[in-house]
Amino acid sequence: MAQATGIKEIIKPENLVYRKTKVMTDNILSYCPGCGHGTAHRILAEIIDEEGLQSETIGISPVGCSVLLYEFIDIDWQEAAHGRAPALATAIKRLLPDKFVFTYQGDGDLAAIGTAETIHTCNRGENILIIFINNGIYGMTGGQMAPTTLPGMKSSTSPYGRDVKLMGNPLKMTDIVATLPGTYYVTRQSVHTPVNVRKTKKAIRKAVHYQKLNKGTCFIEIVSNCPSGWKMTPVEANKWMEANMFPFYPLGDLKVPAEENAQKTTNSEKND
Amino acid sequence: MEKELRLMKGNEAVAEAAIRTGADGYFGYPITPQSEILEYLMEADPYHTTGMVVLQAESEVAAINMVYGGAACGKKVMTTSSSPGISLKQEGITYIAGAELPCLIVNVVRGGPGLGTIQPAQSDYFQATKGGGHGDYHLIVLAPASVQEMADFVELGFDLAFKYRNPVMMLSDGAIGQMMEKVWLSPQKERSKTVPAWATTGKPATRDRIIITSLDLDPNGQERFNQKLVAKYNEIREKEVRYEEFQCEDAEYILVAYGTSARVCMKSIQLARAQGIKVGLLRPITLFPFPTKRLNELAGKVKMMVSVEMSAGQMVEDVMLSVNGKVPVYHFGRMGGIVTEPEEVVDFLKSKI
Repeated sequence: MAQATGIKEIIKPENLVYRKTKVMTDNILSYCPGCGHGTAHRILAEIIDEEGLQSETIGISPVGCSVLLYEFIDIDWQEAAHGRAPALATAIKRLLPDKFVFTYQGDGDLAAIGTAETIHTCNRGENILIIFINNGIYGMTGGQMAPTTLPGMKSSTSPYGRDVKLMGNPLKMTDIVATLPGTYYVTRQSVHTPVNVRKTKKAIRKAVHYQKLNKGTCFIEIVSNCPSGWKMTPVEANKWMEANMFPFYPLGDLKVPAEENAQKTTNSEKND
Repeated sequence: MEKELRLMKGNEAVAEAAIRTGADGYFGYPITPQSEILEYLMEADPYHTTGMVVLQAESEVAAINMVYGGAACGKKVMTTSSSPGISLKQEGITYIAGAELPCLIVNVVRGGPGLGTIQPAQSDYFQATKGGGHGDYHLIVLAPASVQEMADFVELGFDLAFKYRNPVMMLSDGAIGQMMEKVWLSPQKERSKTVPAWATTGKPATRDRIIITSLDLDPNGQERFNQKLVAKYNEIREKEVRYEEFQCEDAEYILVAYGTSARVCMKSIQLARAQGIKVGLLRPITLFPFPTKRLNELAGKVKMMVSVEMSAGQMVEDVMLSVNGKVPVYHFGRMGGIVTEPEEVVDFLKSKI
């Protein structure tokens, strides 16, 4: 009882240093403990809030763990069939070019069943943002092998580990789309530490800016975890991700706008 | 403004009518025998006149999902294809039906199954009228029998689609799509400046967010939705049946046929009547809803009905259900992309009298 009173004393408006973004709804997230989706949702909602985009945004939710994404972020949503989100986004942006349009897709959705839609949307340079959550597994259906599952990695459909001779190699979709002329900004980030969260948020803000300038497709991969599917504790999962996922899917920009490169050079010259 | 008379292919008429009715978007993929629709629209380039978006998608699957995205924004959007392409679109179509989105899908039918032929057929009747994709749903299905109707049913299709928030399919065939006829085209209409209240347009502070989805993880909720759809389909059955009768007044035999087969049957009736056989035609214009009541009434007055279709016998099942055993019902028709000859229909009729 004494402890409860103590918490009440602490939870006061004047003590709040970090509050719920108003663009997040009050619905309880449906994700497992330690999952990266909640953080990714949160920073996306923060950007929508901070950039004043709530009334200008149409999001497309995928099929996968984040299928109920529309329950958590308070904007207009369309729920796509598995893998088809970029096709929806294409039409939405062409019919409503002034709106901020993004898709949020997992690796099964984007890099397996939706491969054609992903590549062709990026190749046309549709002026949208694609957020790609890559945790190397099909989470919602119970931990099956994904197109991104690492060589040797165990899943319910690769119980002895992914044998690339039998099951093919993991697909680096982000590297592929970075080669296409239609993409403008392609980056690979994570949300497992505060520093990485800030970097990812910065990337999303850049993509919002580029979309306003009609620059083409922006593609942000977030390498993430799946404690349940990987059968690890959240802490173990993040450590495993750093040790195994990041070497195969290295974090950083894969394609940055030419003018930004020029800007960086100018700045560094000034600094010199 | 007055209507304009043009000589056009059925496929071209669809494209021109789409522009003139103020469609907002067309998303297509080439396939014979309907590629003229996409070609015509690309050449007409309506984006620079009416603002209509025209896009060649990477697949039929992408095209129908573009239609989903556009329709969910409350826009008048459409796609067209032919049989194998329509099979690919079925996933998108069931999602569109499940999300209650309005759109127009044109199927210029060719022979199947599989890659089949590129010649006209009517073998997609089951797919069009009974659902096609998974789950309990219906499309409103319009069956044009002329180039004029291919043009007219674009506007009618969009009107019905928005009235009922339901996808509409125009079930044409390779003959009507490819043949040229005179067609009266309506004057250019402006594209709508407003969208329905259910559309995703960006959430202002004044309303709750809009979610376009076909998902309900609560079975009770899903069943309530299914019941809502059933009620909608029943209303459509009640209010939207369209058909045409030809020489049925004194008929002892009725041919039931739509599209190209209906045109063949008009000639068959002329030939049969010259031989003293009193035969008439009921041409369903809507295949869903089907003119069940009228066929049942007519069954009480005639001796026999023949469903004439370029298929192995698909609509015949709906004719039988409508007639409900009152009179014998037969099927006759050629397949594989072959158009039935009028004389063949007469011979078949005589063999059953």
